[in-house]
Amino acid sequence: MSESLTCDVVVVGAGMTGAACALYAARAGLDVTVVDRGPAAGGTTGAGEGNLLVSDKAPGPELDLALLSLGLWAELAARHGADIEYDAKGGLVVAETPEALDGLRTFADAQREAGVTAEPVPADRLHDLEPRLAPGLPGGVRYPQDAQVMPALAAAHLLNASGARLLTDREVTRVLRARDGAVCGVRTPRGDVHAPAVVNAAGTWGGELASRADVFLPVMPRRGFVLVTEPLPPRIRHKVYAADYVADVAGDTAGLLTSPVVEGTAAGPVLIGASRERVGFDRSLSLPAVRALAAGATRLFPFLSDVRAVRAYAGFRPYLPDHLPAIGPDPRAPGLFHACGHEGAGIGLAPGTGLLVAQALTGKTPRLDLAPFRPDRFPRPAKEAAR
Amino acid sequence: MRTDLAVIGAGPAGIAAALAAARRGIRVALVDAAQGPGGQYFRQPAPGLRAEGAAPRHGRRTWARLRDALAASTVDVRPEHHVWCVERESGGLTVHALLGPEQRESVELRADAVLLATGGYETVLPFPGWTLPGVVTAGGAQAMLKGHLVTPGHTVVVAGTGPLLLPVATGLAAAGVRVAALVESTDPARLPRHARALAGKLPEAAGYAARLLRHRVPVLTRHTVVRAHGEGRLTGVTVAALDARGRVRPGTERLLPCDALAVGDGMLPHTDLAQTLGCRLDGHAVAVDAEQRTDVPGVWAAGEATGIGGAALALAEGHIAGRSIADRLRGTTPDADAWLPAARARARGRTAAAALHALHSPPAHRGDGVPDDTVICRCEEVTAGAVREALTLGAGDTRTVKLLTRAGMGWCQGRMCAPGVAAVTGCPPAPARRPFARPVPLGVLAAQYDRTAPPDDRPRPEEGPS
Repeated sequence: MSESLTCDVVVVGAGMTGAACALYAARAGLDVTVVDRGPAAGGTTGAGEGNLLVSDKAPGPELDLALLSLGLWAELAARHGADIEYDAKGGLVVAETPEALDGLRTFADAQREAGVTAEPVPADRLHDLEPRLAPGLPGGVRYPQDAQVMPALAAAHLLNASGARLLTDREVTRVLRARDGAVCGVRTPRGDVHAPAVVNAAGTWGGELASRADVFLPVMPRRGFVLVTEPLPPRIRHKVYAADYVADVAGDTAGLLTSPVVEGTAAGPVLIGASRERVGFDRSLSLPAVRALAAGATRLFPFLSDVRAVRAYAGFRPYLPDHLPAIGPDPRAPGLFHACGHEGAGIGLAPGTGLLVAQALTGKTPRLDLAPFRPDRFPRPAKEAAR
Repeated sequence: MRTDLAVIGAGPAGIAAALAAARRGIRVALVDAAQGPGGQYFRQPAPGLRAEGAAPRHGRRTWARLRDALAASTVDVRPEHHVWCVERESGGLTVHALLGPEQRESVELRADAVLLATGGYETVLPFPGWTLPGVVTAGGAQAMLKGHLVTPGHTVVVAGTGPLLLPVATGLAAAGVRVAALVESTDPARLPRHARALAGKLPEAAGYAARLLRHRVPVLTRHTVVRAHGEGRLTGVTVAALDARGRVRPGTERLLPCDALAVGDGMLPHTDLAQTLGCRLDGHAVAVDAEQRTDVPGVWAAGEATGIGGAALALAEGHIAGRSIADRLRGTTPDADAWLPAARARARGRTAAAALHALHSPPAHRGDGVPDDTVICRCEEVTAGAVREALTLGAGDTRTVKLLTRAGMGWCQGRMCAPGVAAVTGCPPAPARRPFARPVPLGVLAAQYDRTAPPDDRPRPEEGPS
């Protein structure tokens, strides 16, 4: 069965980022088709915890995008909150040593300058916020803007709300280019979809999709495991993690070392995530990784020692070498736009990304400067270029 | 603790393998979650019941032979070991097991070779009322009878499809239960097509048929249970005839009063440990070669884990695996001619199993008739309607249905509901990944991390929110 379709924009990827691009593009009046090689939310979206965080981000372009996105999430939640399990629970970052607390406070001061709400919490107030937290912690910082959604539900419901045409089980084998180099659609085994604009929201697969448009984008997978416990009555109220700040050997900035994030969910299980490893697309269980997650979580919440993990799952964060996403038009292929490479923050950063892409698609001035996210900022390696 | 071979599962395959390897000088540890060896097939009454001899007759002579051989052997039998993971390390394989009924403490068993003889589990397709007290699985009814000498009710309907229903119905009848009907969805007209492959099974089947007749058990073929009735407790079931495509024929419904329903729609292999080890699957079963080796070095598999086929096939496969392991651990290449009788039994068993599988495939379209308000996933209380709605939201496989509905995310991790989700959605059933074969306390995992090194040398892995 072959078909041929024409629309204003093809979004490749039916995950969270693709859903947000579709939603904001449709709101801007564009006729949108979303194409995915699998089902909706089948990739990294379906393997994450749904963190919407500012707490872990240092001032800079990623934090600006996170602040824009969290505002948009709150708007989306007004209409879809229950369907997507939006929970403005707030984050609580704790320090495990007095030195770490100094680092955390300094970090929070800088974040406040950039527009983040960050409230210092003294040691004797920690247990008012989280009664089951381990004793003896020197203090922390509360981040009321941190929130959570159930990512697969969010992607599916926002795709649905966008009104975009959804074509699942169709792998894009080629991004079609006209003689003048402009993008003119995509080819799938079940027919072509013609459009003057194509958005690469293919997540960890974004580098491969870029190469099918003959442009270079070095998106790579970074594996993470999440541990899921048996369902519990609500016992953990915030997203809780410990942070330590160590001198970064590469520069004069402070590098951040964090423990796993521990949080309850609407459905009952506690989620503990996540590990970070560069091991390609290997999905097999790493016991060392889940042991470290369990050790970190039980250190923060000793009662978890007796709670059972019922499963662990792996996902692949799509990352670019400078750990910033690629967002916006690709000057190397007119009509091609990118919206991928958000590493582990893609759910949180999705609405801002979708809005910026929609603004770029319709020729409006984007709300944020896209220069740090330019997709052509990575030179093609010499070996690649010679091919 | 260290051993040459760790056998996981003390059913027919595991015992046969343990005996074959131990006879050839291999140190064998045989671990099982139950209180004693035997598995489901040779399940024995709990020791406290002092009921030796009161157990059902089923395979009694074979069991006596295996039990005595095990007692006389060097096999280290370790009951109440709940294996949650098998880990591959540079020095071999490590079996991680939680101990006793509490399952709080974990032990490690290091071995050069592991045999996965993890057996199978029952599938039940959903129908309205299937969550009522009084509805049990056919295998569950059999386990109650064999292990505890109790029956699920006074008047029982046995229903579903598959070779398990016959021994369950005759076993219950022999224990004094009134079996109101044996309801089998398979069409007996399909039997002649497979008669040749099943020739070896015919005497056994004839024996069951004679016993059904003796106990006056009505047999309804090409019928299915469409609804279970009761307020808080089962009072009866409605059964109906099926057409050639597996749809209920309108007007054929009738009510059978009963206080228990034992229902089963076949079995699936337990492959959690194999999948976490990275073993290749063939459909739902662990793929093995002629020596019962998986594609992971040091890991063999036998019995239901490699395809549902019954105890005789499991014994043959286990025997072959045990001999192959003994040779391979000594560094010699096994001579397959040495186990020719077992290989022949295995070939016959597999032919019969394939025929039984073809004969007893649950009716197509069975999921279509499940009403929207029927609960499919009990752990998370997800209805058929919610599962169908996920399809309209872009789900295209059972994994995304799970993500969008939570069906299969609960305590049983989809072991109970996955076939039902597949039937209701029409998605192809696919074996789910379950990295932990059973729930494991976080304290157990954390202690293993803390033991890896002194605090200052401990690897500080990268982890965190994004």
